Formats: sequence, structure tokens, C-alpha cells
Amino acid sequence: MTAQEVRLCGLLLQEHFGEVVERIGTHLLRGGAQNLRTIANETNTPLDLVKKSLCVLVQHGACEFGSGRRGPGSPVEYRASCERVLRVLRYPRYIYTAKTLYGDTGELIVEEVLQRGHMTMSNTVKTVADRLTHNMEEGRSMEYSEVVSAFSKLVETHFLQRCPPVAEMGTAATSTNPATPGTPAASASTAPPTAESNPDCYKLPHVTLIGRGKRRRSSDDSEEQRGGKKAKMDSESCGDEGIYWQVNFERFHQHFRDQAIISAVASKLDQTSSEIVRTMLRMSEVTTTQTAAYTQPLSANEIFRSLPPNYSISRPILDQYLSLLVDDPMEFVGKSGDSGGGMYVISKEPWPTWRELHWSLWYRRGWCVCQSWFGSRSARIFRLLLRKRHLEQKQVEDFAMIPAKEAKDMLYTLLSENLVQLQEIPKTPDHAPSRTFYLYTVNQLPTARLLLQHCYKTVANLIERRLFETKENKRLLEKSQRIEAILASLQASGAEPEQLTEVEEMITAPERQQLEALRHHINKLDSTENQVDETVFLLESYIFSTKTK
Amino acid sequence: MAGLGRGRGRGKGYMSFSIEAVGIGKGENLPPSILQPTPLFPPMEHKPVPLVMGEEAEYMLALKQEFRGNMKTLPFYVRPAVSKKDVERYSDKYQNSEPSDNTLEWNPDTSLSVDTPVDPKPSKKTRVDKEEIIHKLEVGITLEKKEEEVTSDEEEGEKKKQEEEQQDGEEEYDEEEFEEETDYIMSYFDNGEEFGGDSDDNMDEAIY
Repeated sequence: MTAQEVRLCGLLLQEHFGEVVERIGTHLLRGGAQNLRTIANETNTPLDLVKKSLCVLVQHGACEFGSGRRGPGSPVEYRASCERVLRVLRYPRYIYTAKTLYGDTGELIVEEVLQRGHMTMSNTVKTVADRLTHNMEEGRSMEYSEVVSAFSKLVETHFLQRCPPVAEMGTAATSTNPATPGTPAASASTAPPTAESNPDCYKLPHVTLIGRGKRRRSSDDSEEQRGGKKAKMDSESCGDEGIYWQVNFERFHQHFRDQAIISAVASKLDQTSSEIVRTMLRMSEVTTTQTAAYTQPLSANEIFRSLPPNYSISRPILDQYLSLLVDDPMEFVGKSGDSGGGMYVISKEPWPTWRELHWSLWYRRGWCVCQSWFGSRSARIFRLLLRKRHLEQKQVEDFAMIPAKEAKDMLYTLLSENLVQLQEIPKTPDHAPSRTFYLYTVNQLPTARLLLQHCYKTVANLIERRLFETKENKRLLEKSQRIEAILASLQASGAEPEQLTEVEEMITAPERQQLEALRHHINKLDSTENQVDETVFLLESYIFSTKTK
Repeated sequence: MAGLGRGRGRGKGYMSFSIEAVGIGKGENLPPSILQPTPLFPPMEHKPVPLVMGEEAEYMLALKQEFRGNMKTLPFYVRPAVSKKDVERYSDKYQNSEPSDNTLEWNPDTSLSVDTPVDPKPSKKTRVDKEEIIHKLEVGITLEKKEEEVTSDEEEGEKKKQEEEQQDGEEEYDEEEFEEETDYIMSYFDNGEEFGGDSDDNMDEAIY
């Protein structure tokens, strides 16, 4: 956990859960596993607030608890996960992906589950149906069954998974999953079980949810509604208590990676070949596990059958495309046999294709960074060094076609920023300086890590700047919010246009301009955070792919 | 290692590698060394690449802002229990000063966890009522204490001011005060300052 990561996690926690949770969370991230008393004493927070914050963190999967280090009798220790908190940055992307795949219903389901961390299926279905009904026209409402079908589609494609059963601490097993009697003994060990270790993790519970979404009425019946609803909720137990669902981030990440592959193929070859690759990936989505090196072999016949109907290409052309993909130096697709008209695989991490692809996507980012910091000619040098691996000073000048003085200058700037490294190769065993080669090179992994830390720092700076801007203009924002509220209430109670214009004029023109500029700045900062996050994802998955060998 | 021993200690510009190999020619001007930290906002030589704008980016932006707004209303946004009061008001004693703690709406399902240090939730409602009452009483007590402290602070402040003003007659003043408060006469109290003085007359005897 680097300082930049902890800082960014702190800001994210503060924005989404408040300052108390931020204090506790940062303390846990910095200090490792600690028990309740230590946290309360060291952060000077009252015990009940600490408990609440820990509950919030556990609910959202950012913190895990386990038995203490001194054995089963010692107090419970809590451990926060930096990685999980950083995922918060990517939530809009997850929600948007769900929308593109499963429409508005899917989008709302994922959004609800992300907001609440863990949710039961029945709760999710009800909330989403209510929200959809609220947005529909009068008189129409959303059937629970539609929401249930969207939910089950998400579960089938592994985008949602059951929350892992809690690690036992020497006592009897909890009754959430009667089908897994073997876990209590196994999970008495120190590591908490992951969601994947539960064989039921993608099984839908047997729940019958019949009903429609309820539209929220206006304020006069809301009291009774609430009372009535509460009684109803208590008596309606849908039969899936204790089965909580969470978003499966790894599956989303796999989806993003697949999209990256498809777009790379599309940009290198053409649209049709990208469609073929997309079909292959979709067929093997659920059958390949996360860490598999290759997808399951797919025969050309199967591919032909699964192609989308609007891409009607004939069989021999498909074969041609497949051979083209196989022969491509990027090695997107590999051939693994001839039965069934040829068996094809797409290799996944950590294999060369995946690493190559990552590397090429990554190096383009590095090149962009280089260009934006130092200009296009430095970027040219950077790219050259990546291509040719090791070059001497003179060779750099020749290949990059840059005059010697400027090339030297740029190389030193790159060296001082650690984007480029010097490698010594001695000619003689005594390493005499006059008889040693000094080669410039780019070490990919350290450079990738460096860029990743820069990205974290960037996002943290963006968030801080946004908070600063909001704080500076707090008075103005509050005023505009109040006026909007007044306008809304006036409109609802049917006021005359003169009154409305009078209220609107309470904000003067320069103030309006200031507000506009403020909104523009904040939107820009927010949007930039989203885009930096794309680079973060790429760099993170590159670094991860080099770790798993 | 004859080659390395030769150059050690001799020549001021000796570095562990030959400069020509890296590319600095002889006698060339090197940029001056920097003796202070880099400026906080260095001037940018190259303009950054413009942001990607489009439907997708705007939709994600809207999603993000909505999400943030929603999180603030959910019970997971923990607010500290004590709200800062600018001025203590008399009516606070009798009003429910506790801010609406919306975490009460959320009861984490503790059936999943075993042996956690968190208090059992079913008794939370009764506890809350008790806690509210206790809290009100405590608030009342602390307010009263604060009032006393405030008034005693003021008194002390006034005393200090008086003492500063009357620096001349300080000693006499203290003595008078002491005389008033105690039953004993001041001169009765021998604080031992004269003790060592007697032995100065007889320097013959050694002092042990």
C-alpha cells in the first residue's frame, strides 16, 4: 500500500461514507490488521462510531474480519483492503456496462447492489421495480418477474455472485449454505474463503416473487404507506434470508479486457474479424476460469453457428478470417487442432498474446504520457526504445532523426523522470568506464508501476481540487439549491409566472455565470477522473498479469 | 584492480563511468544544479491532450454524480453524533438535540457473523431509547457544568486582570489575604530561610 494509494482511498471513503469511516479506514489501511480496541484508542473515536464504521466497511467488502494472530482466543482482527476501495472509482463504468448489456433494469440492479454492498435478491427486485415504476408514466408499473429475469441473467453470466460464507471461528457452521458441509473445517484456517470457493455461488435461490412495483405517492399518504409497507416487509419473508449477493468485479474486468481485445482486433484488421473474435469470447465467457491460460478450444463449426445473424458470411470466408487471425503477429487466436473444421483458442493471460496486447496497450499510454509531458519528439525516443529494447546514445540519435544535442537533452530528462534507464554492459572484467557500453532501455514493469502511482496521485489531486472548488463556492451553491427548492414548491402549488420570475431573479446574472463556470469545472474534473481510471485499469491488469506466472 | 586504483583520490571530476560514453562532450555546459525544491505549479511546456467527450463520457459522468449524491442519503454515510453548537441555548436541554441518526434504519444481518464484538441487534431498539434518555441527561449535566466553568473562568479572568494591574502592592496584598483566611499569625510560621545563616559565624567547625 503506497502513500498515494492510501491517500486516494481516504478521499474515496470520505466522499462516499463520511469522515468517520474515512478515519477508521485510513487507519486500518496504514496499520494492517488490528482489533477493535486498538482502532478506537488510536483514532480517538468513540467505540460505537468505530463499530458502525466497521460494519459499513464490512458491508461493502472493504474490510474483512478474522481471528486474531494470537490464536482462537484473542480478539477479532480487522483488515482493510486497499484494492477494494479503489474499485469505487470504477463504479460508473460497471453500471454503464450493465446498461449496455442488460438495459435499464440491469443497470439499476447493479447500481443498487453497488450502493448497498450486499443485498438479498428479493430486496433488490423490490427496490428496482419501485424505481422503474417511479420513472414510468402514470398507471403503468413494473412487474417483478421482469426484474427477476434480468437478475437471473446477471447471475448466469457471473456478473453477480453470492457473498462468501463467513469464516468460522471454532463454532458451528452458519446455515446459509446447507449444501457445503465441508467448508467449516477448511475455513478454520487464517484466510477467509473467497466467493469462488463456494460451489453455490452462482445458484439462484428458490424464491417466488410475485407483484408489481409500487409508485411513491405524494407526501400525505406517505406516512401511512410507510407504516403499512413496514408491516408488510416484516411479514413477507421471501425465503431467501441470509443469501446476499454482491457484484463480481473480476467478471466485469474480464469483460473490459475482452472489449479491449476486440477493439484492438478491429483497429488492426477489420470489423468482421472483430465480430468473430467477439463471438469466440462470448462463447467461452463462462467456461473459462479467471486464471486459465487459454480459452476452451472452439471448433470452427461452432463459431460458424454462433455468429450473429446479421453477419452472414460464408464458411470458406470464415476459415480465411480465422487463418488470418492465427497468422497475425499479435497472435490473437491460436490453432490447437483440426477436428470439427479446426479448433481455435484465444489465449488469455498470462500468455504471450495477452501480455503482448497488454504491453502494446500499455506502451501506447506510456507514449501518450511521454508526449504530453515532454513533447512528441521525446515520445518518439520512448517508442523507439521500447521497440528496439537497448540502444546506445549514438544509435538513438540516428534512429530517431533528432540532432545530437536535443536528443541528449531529452534522454536526460526521460532518465531523470525514470521513464528510461541506463544499462551498463562491461567489455572487460574490470568494468573500466572507457571500455563499457552504456545502453538506454525501458524497464517495462517498473515503468508501469511508476505510471500507475502517478495515476493514483492524479486522481487524488483531481478529487481534492473538486472538493476545494465546492468548498469555496459553498455559499453560492447553497443559495442556488434553496432557490431551486422554492421554485419547485411554488410550481407544485401552482404559482403565477410573475412569482416564479421574481424568485429566479434572486440569483443575479454574475452569480449565475459563476455557477455555470463552477459546474463546468466540476464536470470536467469528474470526467477526467473517469478517464484516468481507464488507464489505471489497464496498468493494473498489466502488472497483475506479470505477477501470475 | 590496477585500473580502478589509479584514479581514486586524484582529479576532481572523476566519476565511476566515462562521460563520453554517455554522451556529454568535453567542456560542454551542463545545466546548473537545482538547489531548491521544484515549484508547486511548474509552467507547462506542452498543452495536455483534450478530454474525450461524447455520449458515453457524459452518461458516466451523470452516473457518477448521481451515485455520490445517493450515497450521502443512505444509512452508510456515518455522521459523528455530536453536532457543534455555536451558542448554547437554554432550550437545548429540553429538546432532542441528537441529530437524526439514520443508521438506525439499517440493521446489518448479524446472523452471518459469529462471535463478533458488535452488540446484538435485537436489543438495539430498547437500548436506543435508554441511550437517548441517558444522552439527554448527560447533555443537561454537561451544559450545566459548562455554564459553571464559563462563569468560573470569567471570575478567574477577572482576578488575573486585577492582579496584573496591582503589581506594586502584590506582596502585601497576599499577606493580607493570608492573614484573613488563616487563624495563625504569619510570624508564627518559620519557613526555615534563616536556618543556614547561624552556622556562618563559627567557621571553625566543619559542617557535616
